[in-house]
Amino acid sequence: MDLNEFIANFADQFEDTDSSEITAATEFKNLDEWSSLIALSVIAMVDEEYDVTLKGDDIRGSVTVMDLYNIVKSRS
Amino acid sequence: MYNPYSLEGKTILVTGASSGIGRTTAIECSKMRARMVVTARNEERLKETLSALEGEGHRMLLADLSKEEDLDKLVSELPKLDGIVNNAGFTKTLPLQFIKREQLTELLNVNTVAPILLLHKILKKKLLNNESSVVYTSSIAGLGLTAPGNAMYTSSKGAISAYIKNAALELASKKIRVNAVCPGMVNTGILELGTVTASQLEEDEKKYPLGRYGEPRDIALAIIYLLSNASAWVTGTNLIIDGGISLK
Repeated sequence: MDLNEFIANFADQFEDTDSSEITAATEFKNLDEWSSLIALSVIAMVDEEYDVTLKGDDIRGSVTVMDLYNIVKSRS
Repeated sequence: MYNPYSLEGKTILVTGASSGIGRTTAIECSKMRARMVVTARNEERLKETLSALEGEGHRMLLADLSKEEDLDKLVSELPKLDGIVNNAGFTKTLPLQFIKREQLTELLNVNTVAPILLLHKILKKKLLNNESSVVYTSSIAGLGLTAPGNAMYTSSKGAISAYIKNAALELASKKIRVNAVCPGMVNTGILELGTVTASQLEEDEKKYPLGRYGEPRDIALAIIYLLSNASAWVTGTNLIIDGGISLK
């Protein structure tokens, strides 16, 4: 599983946030555009792209994009 | 004893009776002395419902209502009915851009197509007595209340909430009444899906003017009202039971 590809897929869920703003270290819940709908989109994207079921608690417990990547990687 | 909500002498079919609102409705109806026919896909859990029913003469019939052959088999085994509770359904939360034909079709098939076809087949076989009552479990989502990722579910229930009005008009000459209940969030194991967290649900629950989510029994008792002769002059209604959330 490729980290850069994961970051690109993650960034793809945002409309107004420039993808250059999003890195592995980004604390994604601090992004202005972050919302419950984007959280659902991330869950759906991870299911579609990686065949991994992400729970709401996984998102809640993650701070950075890297945290999410590690969860998905550990299950894929 | 005076009880205008009694279901004594009525035979009532409940779909989706293996859990949640369906199971509780079947049990509460049996306490009101109805004779029940319960159906669902899961044999083990449906047996649990059957054994929880009060009184005698109840039956269970296994069926996956999304399959045409199961629908036909179910209808061929049904007795004459005085009430139908079309309750089987499920939800799938997906933002618009992730909706796919397969999931949309599956959800509409179970939530919308199957309950419409079930009534059609029961009518065709003349298994529904005059002065019967048909109840659909819709949702406040079916009346246009929105939630993130809920578009597929909303579509499936919106169709039902509109359908009951046409069905009510067409069946009125037989004094058959058709209504829907439209619950807000009801505690039926949604946490097990895991998409939302316990703390998100706690926050959401606080938004309800009456201070809590619904319990299956809150909905079951409304369904009993609609099945009973107490609602003899009520047809084509979407009855909101939502702790006041749609007032906001």
